[in-house]
Amino acid sequence: MNLWLLAGRRLLRDWVGVASAVVVLSFIALAGASALGWIARDWSEEVAVSYAAPSFLAREVREVEREAASSVPQDDYGIADPLAAELAEIRSRLTDGAVAGAKASVLAFGADKWGRDVLKKAIKGTQTSLLVGFAAAGLATLLGTLFGALAGYYGRWVDDFFNWLYSVFTSIPYLLLVLAVAAVLGQKGILTVVLILGLTGWTGIFRLVRAEYLKHRVREYVLAADAVGASDLRRMFAHILPNVSHVVLVQLSLHVVLFIKSEVILSFLGFGVGVDTVSWGSMLAEAPSELILGMWWQIAAATSAMALAVTAFSLFTDAARDALDPRLQ
Amino acid sequence: MSSYLIRRLWQFIPTLLGVVLLVFFLFNWVGGDPAYLLAGKIASPELIENIRRSLGVDQPYWVQLGIFVKQVATADFGVSWSTNERVSQIFATRLGPSLTVLVPLLFASTILALAAAMLVAYYRGSLTDRGIMVACTVGQSVSILVYILLLQYWLAYQLGWFPVQGWGSTLGENLLGYAALPILVGVIVSLAPDIRLYRTFFLDEIGQDYVRTARAKGLGESRVIWLHVLRNAAIPITTNVMMQIPGLLAGAFLIERFFSIPGIGREVILAVERSDFPVIKAVTVYVAITTMVVNLLADLTYRALDPRVQLK
Repeated sequence: MNLWLLAGRRLLRDWVGVASAVVVLSFIALAGASALGWIARDWSEEVAVSYAAPSFLAREVREVEREAASSVPQDDYGIADPLAAELAEIRSRLTDGAVAGAKASVLAFGADKWGRDVLKKAIKGTQTSLLVGFAAAGLATLLGTLFGALAGYYGRWVDDFFNWLYSVFTSIPYLLLVLAVAAVLGQKGILTVVLILGLTGWTGIFRLVRAEYLKHRVREYVLAADAVGASDLRRMFAHILPNVSHVVLVQLSLHVVLFIKSEVILSFLGFGVGVDTVSWGSMLAEAPSELILGMWWQIAAATSAMALAVTAFSLFTDAARDALDPRLQ
Repeated sequence: MSSYLIRRLWQFIPTLLGVVLLVFFLFNWVGGDPAYLLAGKIASPELIENIRRSLGVDQPYWVQLGIFVKQVATADFGVSWSTNERVSQIFATRLGPSLTVLVPLLFASTILALAAAMLVAYYRGSLTDRGIMVACTVGQSVSILVYILLLQYWLAYQLGWFPVQGWGSTLGENLLGYAALPILVGVIVSLAPDIRLYRTFFLDEIGQDYVRTARAKGLGESRVIWLHVLRNAAIPITTNVMMQIPGLLAGAFLIERFFSIPGIGREVILAVERSDFPVIKAVTVYVAITTMVVNLLADLTYRALDPRVQLK
């Protein structure tokens, strides 16, 4: 355990590592709070009017509205409308009493087409993205580590078999493979996305873990374990695995980023999460029609949440790699 | 050399067989019965039986596998399930638009990334280097979707410099008009990862002994960089660029979709949306073959560029 303590101390000395770790942890806390229903539970409620503006833009919007309101009673010929007062009263009763009482016209970060809070959607999307990223990366790492350990440790025909599997999977470009699996599974949902990404994304981890096992299986400590009668499984997972776990951890972190990005693309194309959940990708999918109308806050919220999370995660991965393997520098 | 070539070509067979098995497993076993997909909402048992017979899915699995292997061997994947167009015809007509975008994109992004990577590698550790590296990290963390959306909205819709989407009938019209913005977007998107990668290639070379020797014997900096370092770094870069080609062929599908370019990538997305299995199967197998061939060519190029490399 001393090694981990040393790595942790090295990580704490690196201010980029610490800062990115803080951001990553707060994203995880945000996703956790949202999963437990503490925040953003009512993201799907239509709390505001359609495309309600963010409150920092609200002053301009209100001025525009006032202008529009003052221009209503004026008719085209310059003659005062005798029914203007009554009409205005009816209008105000219609809007104020029924709708505006229930729905806000401005929100902190604006609303989407159905009047749902963009901030809450972004928080809920964080939960979806992190869940998919971690679960898929966990599955891919599990498969890659297991295959790599078997291939590297046993060698010979086991190695040949997994190398063949590797060459088959890598001869199909990653995104094409993902789309083909998505076409076959044909149903949406978080579990489907995790399966698609996890079952196709293990190849890179396999390659590295296999190389590590090839290196480690002839080291003295493994031979010593063999001499005292440790079984194959014990040598593979109790002796060698802790010594290659830093490689596995860095790869896990790298793949979280990769899968978060892939999930966004899948959900954008409509092959990802279903309509009952929200992800950054499905938020972006609403953006093209909104941009043309000048409603930029949803794409801004999704993009900045994703950029912040992914940047922090990438920087944290770099810092963790440096801390775990100081020889690399 | 020729024995190496024969052995590599011989190794294609198990890999290709694996790809065929994987695709068959996915589409004929996991994918379920396609007859229900094809028959539509009001399906009579007779209609489903007919479709099953015409597709051959009422046969046992080994017969179906035989049919699929024959399809791969004769490069005849039948007709698309949704448009009844021949799959080979789809490929013949969609390859041109894809290449019109991809070839200039590959050249432009490689040259720009090389220049930028050379700059940051030369001034490594400086503020310029760190600034560009941070910009690359942040730039890579924004989804490619956002780049396409915003650039299309800003440059095409608002400023009107480019057509928003569409495709013409002549090569000149496409290259100068419709393909220009897609190429620009593609270059911007691929710049950040390429710069990061090429920078490490250059840094590997700049630290070598021959660079110190060249400087010690009094060569000018520009000569050291352009003649010695670039030529050596060109070896991994060339193979890397070649390896990108198969992924680009299918990977530019987002760009093709946004800009309505009738290429292979957009065809893949349409096929996935319509559960058009013959098209996806054909694309997967063809692109896998392309990948294998390109990987072999990349290794041969590596050998040709670097005589120190021994091919085993």
